[in-house]
Order: sequence, then C-alpha cells, then structure tokens
Amino acid sequence: MANNSALFAQTLTDWTQGTFLAPVPLWVWAMVSALVVIYLLALPFGGIATYIERKIAADMQDRIGPNRVGPLGLFQFAADAVKMLSKEDYVPPAGDKFLFNIAPVLVVVGSCAGFVALPLGQYLVAGDVNIGVFYILAVTTLIAPGILLGSWASENKWSLLGGLRSAAQIVSYEIPVALSILPVILISGSLQVGEIVKQQGWNPDLPIAANAHFWNVVHNPFTVFAFFILFVGGLAETNRIPFDLPEAESELVSGFNTEFSGMRFGLYALGEFVDVFVMCAMLAALYLGGWQLPFLELDKFWITLPSGLIALIHVGVFLVKTLLLVFVVMWLRWTLPRLRVDQLMGLCWKGMVPLALFNVLGTAIWVWAFKGQSMIQVAMGLFSGGGSSH
Amino acid sequence: METGYISAFWFIVIAAVTVPLMLGVGALLRPKSIPTKKGTQAYECGEDPIGSAWVKFNIRFYVVAIIFIIFDVEVAAVLPAATLYKDAVLNGNGAWVFAELFLFIALLVLGLIYCWVRGDLEWVKGVTKFAPKK
Repeated sequence: MANNSALFAQTLTDWTQGTFLAPVPLWVWAMVSALVVIYLLALPFGGIATYIERKIAADMQDRIGPNRVGPLGLFQFAADAVKMLSKEDYVPPAGDKFLFNIAPVLVVVGSCAGFVALPLGQYLVAGDVNIGVFYILAVTTLIAPGILLGSWASENKWSLLGGLRSAAQIVSYEIPVALSILPVILISGSLQVGEIVKQQGWNPDLPIAANAHFWNVVHNPFTVFAFFILFVGGLAETNRIPFDLPEAESELVSGFNTEFSGMRFGLYALGEFVDVFVMCAMLAALYLGGWQLPFLELDKFWITLPSGLIALIHVGVFLVKTLLLVFVVMWLRWTLPRLRVDQLMGLCWKGMVPLALFNVLGTAIWVWAFKGQSMIQVAMGLFSGGGSSH
Repeated sequence: METGYISAFWFIVIAAVTVPLMLGVGALLRPKSIPTKKGTQAYECGEDPIGSAWVKFNIRFYVVAIIFIIFDVEVAAVLPAATLYKDAVLNGNGAWVFAELFLFIALLVLGLIYCWVRGDLEWVKGVTKFAPKK
C-alpha cells in the first residue's frame, strides 16, 4: 500500500530543507509533532470538554452553569486545574503504591497515543501507520488495565467493585467495537486510516468505483447498523452514560477512582475525555468520511485553492464531525438512565455481538455482489463494470 | 522503518511523561500536607474499614474474560483476511476469501451459541438450576 499521506514529521523535514534547521533529524520532528498534538490538541480538549459538558448540562437542565471565571466562565477549566494541582496528594498507605502510581500513566498513554493514527486532514496525520485501525484499538485498550490496576491498588472496596465492573464492561464491549470496524476494512481493503478516509470521497473519474464510494455509513444497509453499534460500544468503552457503571456515583461512591484525589483524579478524568475524543474521531474517520466534504473534491475545485486553505478546511470538517459526535455523547448523558449490570452484559453478548457478526457477513456479501460499490453508486448505476478494469 | 512508528513511540513517551510532570508541578504548588488518621484510611463512608479490600470476587468475571479472549483473538485473526478481501473480490477470487471468513466466523458463532445455551452469558445465573440437589 503506497504511503500517500505525508506525516507531520516528514512535512516538517521537507519544509526546513533549505533553512538552517535542515540537519535536524526526523525523530526530532516526530517528537515535536507529538508535543504539539498532545499539548495543543489532546490535553486542552480534555480540559475544555469539562467546561463544555457543564455548560451543555446546564442548558439542558435550564440552569446557567459555570459563569464566574473569565468571560462566560470560559476559564473554569483552568481554575479547576489549579485547584486540583494544589490538593493534598494521597496514596493509600495500605494499598499498592507502585500500581497506584502507574495506573494514571496507563490511562493517559492509552488515550493520547490514539491520536497518532487520526488523520486530521489529508496531509495532517502524526503517523499514518499501516495498521492504523488495529493500532488505535490496541492502544485505547490500555485504559482497561489502567482502571483495573488503579482500583486494585487503592485497597478500597468501592474501588475494587468499580474496577471489576469496568474491566468486565470494557473487555466485553471491545468485541462489538472491533467487529463493527471489520465492515469498514472489508470495504476499504486497508487498515490505514488515511487510506480509508481517502476512499470515502466522491470521484466519478476514478477507474475503480470501489475506491471512491461515498461515506462508509451509507455504503450498504449493514454499515448503518455497524455505525450505531460502534457508537454504542464506544460509549461503553469510554464509561459514558448510559454505561457509566464503573463510576456509578449513586451506588459505588465514585467507583474505581474513589481513592484518587487532586491531579491523579484529574488525569483520570482528562484521560477519559481524551478517549471520548479519540472514539468519536475514529467514528468520524471510519464511517463519516473524516476530512472529506460531501460530494466535493477540493483539489479539483473550479478555482484552484491554496493548499494551506484546503488543509484548514479539511481539519475544520474533521473537527466539526468529531465534535458533533462528542456533543451527542454529552447529550445522551442527560437523556438516558444508567443500565443495570446484567442488562449491560446481556445487551453486549446477546444483542450487539450477534448483530455485529451479522453485519460483517452482510457487508462481505454486499462487497462481493456489487464489486465493492456503495448503495449510492449502485442506485445511480454509475461506474458500471468499473471493477473489471482492475 | 516507517516514520509513523517513530511518531507513535514519541506519543507514548510524551504522554507517559505528562503524568509525573503534572504531579511534580502539583508537588511544588500545594501546601505541605499533614495527614490525619481518618484521612489516611480507605474511604468506607466514614466508618473504620472492616478487613482488607482485596476480597474474593465472583467467578463470572473470569468467565467473561475467557469469552473475551476467544473473540478478541478471532477479530485479530480475521483482520488480515478482511484486509485482502476487497482486492480478492476485484480480482475475481472473492469466493475463496469469503469462504475462509465465513467458516472462521461460523465456527465462533457456534461457540457463542454454546456459551449462550450453557448460560455463561447470563450475568445472574439461575441459583436453583446449579444448586446441589437435596
């Protein structure tokens, strides 16, 4: 598979070719890109998301919400951060200190490392690794041991109960999530997220129709269901309502993070918000066309746009799609009640797993029957016999 | 080596360093804490904790973990075949890959049905069903 989307690090190296920065090796630029993405995108998102969530909650409950710190309360998250930083640091003396310290690291690494393979724009991706989808799945799973270790090391009964629930839940919902990603891979024939997004464009000039089928969510009837399963599974993976049993505050005090205080708690919360972003971004990239504008190829526009502008539009489109999904996640929090633990496991193993398996087979049959063309292409009768020219 | 993995390495390192960094900043900012006896106890709604928190837990967590491993390995094993599927279809070899995918998934569906019938998917197991007969 050709590596057709340039990486941050590669781009930076190319830009600085003629300047005094030319001798800087590639790995330094890789480090710079990691610093930029984590400290200017991932962590600030986690901070601002707490503010946005409180504002949305307030709106839905007809309240005002945070409005004291800065204009419209915008600096609330900074005030929260200062508060958390100045809290007493507490490690349970009876617990396991090493595991207690390592647990938040796993959560933060698991959520931030997912950003590597997220294509913000056609040429803006930190590292479009050739196993992208698999990589994101694998890395975000680090959060489960992080939560379980933290709860175990706390030596607190509430924590242990929450941690066990969380492990069972995250582990179970991993299956429908992974199975709902399979249809996309069947359609795209690639694990590289950049390539998958690229194929969701609309380009009637391409010789192979299947390489420019529209958004995956409307590729065939099965992917519509797969999209919803992936979304619901993502909610459960990130411990969001209605699947927030691990931290069910009305039964388990605070669940797995009962003994975490100050910045340790803050890092847990931050990690979870970043994970929500990664989940929604993955949904947007795999099913909603990522940075693609619907039915519009900016490269082949009737006026030639500067490449910088195109990149900006791509990033904007991608962020709008992702943040809309994040908004739905926040919206659901104030809409749905929490599931019971037996309902949770029943829904996963008896509902979502069989349905996801059905979707995989259905998509496989569709791709075979229509040579990888999407519903829209089949309906419009476009690209007839396009597959044979391969 | 592919550049992407260098980036991935730095993402992991920098994210891992962030945690001690933030806790270190906190250590500089916060006042020196004087822990009280109640403050260092595990939180049990204000009561003195009774016994260790490291209790035995229900076997069903173990069962869920085993079923998970089977299915997760399944997904990992299906991914390569799924990646090749589209090219195979476009080249006219779709039947082989489809047959492989179908066989593999069908076997695991059988396993799922087995677990289901056996009652391993029930979170609340019928107590009377498995209780020793008197």
